Amino acid sequence: MTHEIPKIAIVGSPNVGKSVTFGCLTGRYVTVSNYPGTTVEVARGHAKIGGVNYEVIDTPGLYSIFPATEEERVALNLLCETRPDIVIHVIDAKNLERMLPLTFQLKKLGLNLILVLNMLDEAQALGQTINTSKLSDELGIPVIATVAITKQGTDQLQDAIQKQHEDGIRTHEHHPVPQFSEIMMRRWYGRAREIAGRVLIKTERSRVFSRFDRALVHPATGIPILAAVMYFFLYKFVGEFGAGTVVDICETGFEDHINPWITKIADSYVPWEVIKELIVGEYGIITLGIRYAVAIILPIVGLFFLAFAIIEDSGYLPRLALLLDSSFKKIGLSGRAIIPMVLGLGCDTMATMVTRTLPTRRERFIATMLLTLCIPCSAQIGVILGLLSTTPNVLLIWLVIIFGIFAFVGAVSARLLPGTRPSFVMEIPPMRLPQWKNVLTKTFARMEWYFKEIVPLFMIASVLIWLLKVTRAFDMVTRWIATPLAAMGLPASAAKAFIFGFFRRDYGAAGLYDLHKSGAFTNNQLLVAVVVLTLFLPCITQFLITIKERGWKIGLAISIFVLGFAFSSGVILNIILSAMNISL
Amino acid sequence: MILSESAEEMLEALWLEYEANKRTDCVLSKLRESPDARTLKELSDAGIIVCKNPDHASVTEKGLAEARDAIRRHRLAERLLTDVLSVKGELMHDTACQFEHHLHKGIDVSVCTLLGHPKVCPHGKPIPPGRCCEEESKTVKPAVSPLSSLKPGDLGQIAYLYTADPKRAQMLISMGVIPGADVKLLAGFPSFLFELGESQFAIDGDVAREIYVRRNSAA
Repeated sequence: MTHEIPKIAIVGSPNVGKSVTFGCLTGRYVTVSNYPGTTVEVARGHAKIGGVNYEVIDTPGLYSIFPATEEERVALNLLCETRPDIVIHVIDAKNLERMLPLTFQLKKLGLNLILVLNMLDEAQALGQTINTSKLSDELGIPVIATVAITKQGTDQLQDAIQKQHEDGIRTHEHHPVPQFSEIMMRRWYGRAREIAGRVLIKTERSRVFSRFDRALVHPATGIPILAAVMYFFLYKFVGEFGAGTVVDICETGFEDHINPWITKIADSYVPWEVIKELIVGEYGIITLGIRYAVAIILPIVGLFFLAFAIIEDSGYLPRLALLLDSSFKKIGLSGRAIIPMVLGLGCDTMATMVTRTLPTRRERFIATMLLTLCIPCSAQIGVILGLLSTTPNVLLIWLVIIFGIFAFVGAVSARLLPGTRPSFVMEIPPMRLPQWKNVLTKTFARMEWYFKEIVPLFMIASVLIWLLKVTRAFDMVTRWIATPLAAMGLPASAAKAFIFGFFRRDYGAAGLYDLHKSGAFTNNQLLVAVVVLTLFLPCITQFLITIKERGWKIGLAISIFVLGFAFSSGVILNIILSAMNISL
Repeated sequence: MILSESAEEMLEALWLEYEANKRTDCVLSKLRESPDARTLKELSDAGIIVCKNPDHASVTEKGLAEARDAIRRHRLAERLLTDVLSVKGELMHDTACQFEHHLHKGIDVSVCTLLGHPKVCPHGKPIPPGRCCEEESKTVKPAVSPLSSLKPGDLGQIAYLYTADPKRAQMLISMGVIPGADVKLLAGFPSFLFELGESQFAIDGDVAREIYVRRNSAA
């Protein structure tokens, strides 16, 4: 045995519960949802089993060792490069026959396997009984049945790992990934069918395709359901309740209690005016940076993630993909792209990572561009809904404009970009009742991630603005921005919001929130400012992720295009409004 | 009856003539292919044609049936080559000419059934129906048709994938869409939703037209 700690990799088809199994072994939470492609990156954790420390690696879903998408490639590369000592192949117990071919393929790569039949409860509910010991004999590898979500079977899995380890991890010869061949695949499926025939007893047939399932995917009923989901979750819950009520409470609390308190402390302990300005001034780290992050952005994002987690875990999103596939084809995407798009309404950075699940470069490019340009993240939506709640006209026009630009830019890029029409193939998991524990854990995990992302950024923004102020460069920057602002018909005071917007567009929107409260805008100006900031670059993190995922050339090109597009839209909108003499 | 390749080519030419003019008499030198003496002898010995003079012949009733079968084999071969093996253009015609000779009794029925008893060749010319096609139209026997032509609730078994893009076939096969698997169509609009084992898959119309299913009669 080498000094390196042994590695366990968890692999399997999408949406079979790899991440839950990972959680069972390591106690670490990684996002778990009810749709294929939740995990797009490798996650690592540690587990101590039978006194031995292991590194446990969770991988994105993999249908076969012949990858079709980026995230499948991530999983396969891990297997080939890291060469884990033990590989846990998790399968959906109710689909034994369809899932076993991957076991054969993994065996062919010379990996040391343990087979986990997860979701045994669902298989049992369908009247299936699986003889696991017989299956183990047939395959020549340990087979463990689990219900990972309730931790059932974890002990047995740990025992199996321990036994595998004690038996001395056999160093199989690693075989390279063979060429794809239909004949080979047919042979594997044939064997899977034979083995399933011997170990599986079925009494009843299949899950029913209920009226409800049908209603979700038929346009006549599906579109109204989608509208209702958007209205209640996004508008009522995140917008009215979150950005209205909750933010009000948090803001008032912050301004009435924390700001005066911290200002008092600063007044009595910090003798230098300049430093005081940095901490509690107009753009102070606490009075502005932390206040925006904690009192405005976080409650909205938190509520969005909560609503989103419920939707995700129910299994609604893949059905939405099916419903909207034909519409998405018109903008060069397939229904699969609905998942990054909806996720983008939560956070564009996360969504940009998830574009990996799209099969072609063309789709990944279009999706990234549309996310960067016109999918506002939850923080921004919340702030905008709060900002425009008193002027429903402006809100409606904003919605129409952004939707129009989304459709227009998508349709144009679908036409201009070379490449073939995307095709749509997606596994649709059963609808499941969201588990409160997972919903809450996921919401908090995402809030924590988000908080860690934004707080440093907000603080850096405060420091930079403070530096600009101290060096008097702030006025200069304001003057530079004043010209394009004037072209959009906006007052010079809006410069502040746009400077913020360069850090994060929701930060910019939050800046508008303050400005609007002080009555700086007419409704026309408000519309222009909101539209431009919606189209703005999402944030520095998203920019970096775009570069990481798409390469710096495309990343930079998208950013320049988006900036130019945002400003020109503002100018054109202003011209139209004044030419037609519209006053909202 | 086993005839030489050139005799089979002649049979096809005779059928084309009959198809165009609805007459059994023909001028041999005006056919698509004019026969050499050996082929002519083979055809008349087999009782397919009766030669009136060196350039005029009349096709017998038996001959007409043989000609019909020959053209049927040729056009089925063309369908097989384009639909299943995606052979294109010039190559398709040449290959079909050789291929058809292997489609004798029995095999042509299997190919016809596999293809779902097609009515026309890739050029739009009619394929004369065989007995298998007539039986098919009387009783709804298992036939192969694209998944897109099924109705919600229909059951079937995947017969083959015919995709223009090999990557897509690889992806579908990896997901379990493999010949022999049982499927049930759940919804056909706005996109297609089908059940395979205990899972459901959503695909668009383009993909649904590439998955050929042998329909089960009990729907």
